[in-house]
Amino acid sequence: MPNLSKVRLAGYGALLAAGLVAPFVAYPIFLMHALCFALFACAFNLLLGYTGLLSFGHAAFFGTAAYVTGHVVKTMAVPPGLGVLAGTAAATAVGFVFGSLVIRRQGIYFAMITLALAQLMYFFFLQTSFTGGEDGIQGIPRGHFLWMVNLADDRKLYYVVLATFLFGFVVIHRTIHSPFGQVLKAIRENEPRAVSLGYDVNKYKLLAFVISAGLSGLAGAMYAIVFTFVTLTSSDWHTSGEVVLMTLLGGLGTVFGPIVGAFAVVTLQTQLADKVGSLVTVIMGAMFIGCVLLFRRGIVGEAVGLYNRVLGRRPY
Amino acid sequence: MDSDYILEARNLAKEFKGFIAVSNVSLKVRRGTIHALIGPNGAGKTTLFNMLTKFLAPTSGTIHFKGRDITGEKPAQVARRGIVRSFQISAVFPHLTVLENVRVGLQRKLGTSFQFWRSENSLQELNGQALELLDDVGLASQANVVAVELSYGRKRALEIATTLALDPELLLLDEPTQGMGHEDVEKVRDLIRKVAAHRTVLMVEHNMRVVSHLSDTITVLQRGSVIAEGRYEEVAANPQVMEAYMGTAAHV
Ligand SMILES: Nc1ncnc2c1ncn2[C@@H]1O[C@H](COP(=O)(O)OP(=O)(O)OP(=O)(O)O)[C@@H](O)[C@H]1O
Ligand SMILES: [Mg+2]
Repeated sequence: MPNLSKVRLAGYGALLAAGLVAPFVAYPIFLMHALCFALFACAFNLLLGYTGLLSFGHAAFFGTAAYVTGHVVKTMAVPPGLGVLAGTAAATAVGFVFGSLVIRRQGIYFAMITLALAQLMYFFFLQTSFTGGEDGIQGIPRGHFLWMVNLADDRKLYYVVLATFLFGFVVIHRTIHSPFGQVLKAIRENEPRAVSLGYDVNKYKLLAFVISAGLSGLAGAMYAIVFTFVTLTSSDWHTSGEVVLMTLLGGLGTVFGPIVGAFAVVTLQTQLADKVGSLVTVIMGAMFIGCVLLFRRGIVGEAVGLYNRVLGRRPY
Repeated sequence: MDSDYILEARNLAKEFKGFIAVSNVSLKVRRGTIHALIGPNGAGKTTLFNMLTKFLAPTSGTIHFKGRDITGEKPAQVARRGIVRSFQISAVFPHLTVLENVRVGLQRKLGTSFQFWRSENSLQELNGQALELLDDVGLASQANVVAVELSYGRKRALEIATTLALDPELLLLDEPTQGMGHEDVEKVRDLIRKVAAHRTVLMVEHNMRVVSHLSDTITVLQRGSVIAEGRYEEVAANPQVMEAYMGTAAHV
């Protein structure tokens, strides 16, 4: 009888195979766009799905990394790989500062303060000069990865992006299934109990927040290289909302959910943008409401539930 | 400081926006004993527990544990010193398995709890110890059940096993038998006696049969103040205590 971990293993295999052949059947730019957001959503899910913290300001980390990467690659002629590292490091640092300020807050206060801090970053990016303000940073050279791979070729860049995504995915997966992840689950399940067992829960939450911010930054840094430009959109609150939607739509607290959610949302956005224009926002809003009201477990969560029902097993 | 006493609270008070839930309570818990805290609903027992474990900051007063002033410490720190509590409402990790629940209590001492790069398989070395603890509370056969599926009484037993995983010197139990059937009550009573053999227990309990069976000392709280203290017979004969319990005779 197949069990869930075998299904999951098969899922990894299918995911990898699909990832390898994908650029031959779909536009690499679309795929890279979706992969950046998939990593972003997975990083967000580590915080919401596995730690129970709802951040409404995750675009700050995505945007910080995108700007820093874009800036150092364009004006300092830093190679793209190093630029991505610099962006990720910057997002991690911002994550540490934000996290230290907000980690003691709970529930709606946590969400509101992360939103407020992200808005501060947004206005900083708008005012400061290195970001190009309203114009953003344009014409970021893709350059060569490790002096060998010419990233101007979309398909080559795609494989580098895929590898980076997989790296991020593995880090998240390991984090969830580590002694640290076990404590995170305990905190999510019953925080006072975790405290009474001697855990300084704020330190654990802060580390989860920083890891999540860093990986969101990795996603933003790649985004800058893929699109060769960075604008204020990368750090505005719509982007923070989008990552929440992707995670909820795909399935909160599931391993594959955020990936499915990210591909679904990015597909809709790219397909609908030229057909319905600004109605996209309305459609996204409706999906959001549908998700919250009708299928709370998201696409993957509902699918797993169905699978278990078919096999006559109890969901857990 | 008298070393006979493991815990000493002096003049503790807690005020909630003008409402005094606990006023001027002094309490000494003698090392190696079972000390019961009783009193009618709303007397302030849980509030007192919350202060002793630092889940609430006292409005005034001090708390000493093993001669050290812990009044300014954080709850997790107090737990690591050896004061571990249970909760009035059963506190398990509902979507972890029974075994994993106990392991959360055990794993901190491995020192790997921040290591997000290490596999959780490394926690399996704790399984033997966890199973022993579960065996003590009669849950070993359900080690792989998800905690949410346990009956109420068994959740409480799991909670005690998880608490014991920390091997606390002082165990604080808030109504360990509340909501249990007759049989479970007896099991938990025996369990408390067993675990109290080499540690100190302070417990809130409404079931007088359990209290009379187990306690060396009883402190009676009413409307935030201590009205009596002593052995069961002494306290039960106290007219003030009898009066306090008139309205809540169901509990006696
Ligand atoms: N956080 C709070 N804010 C305001 N009032 C509170 C708070 N916590 C407790 N109280 C009040 O303090 C009083 C004492 O409550 P407490 O929970 O300590 O009683 P208890 O002795 O544990 O009662 P029970 O036997 O019902 O568990 C009650 O009147 C309660 O309403
Ligand atoms: Mg109480």
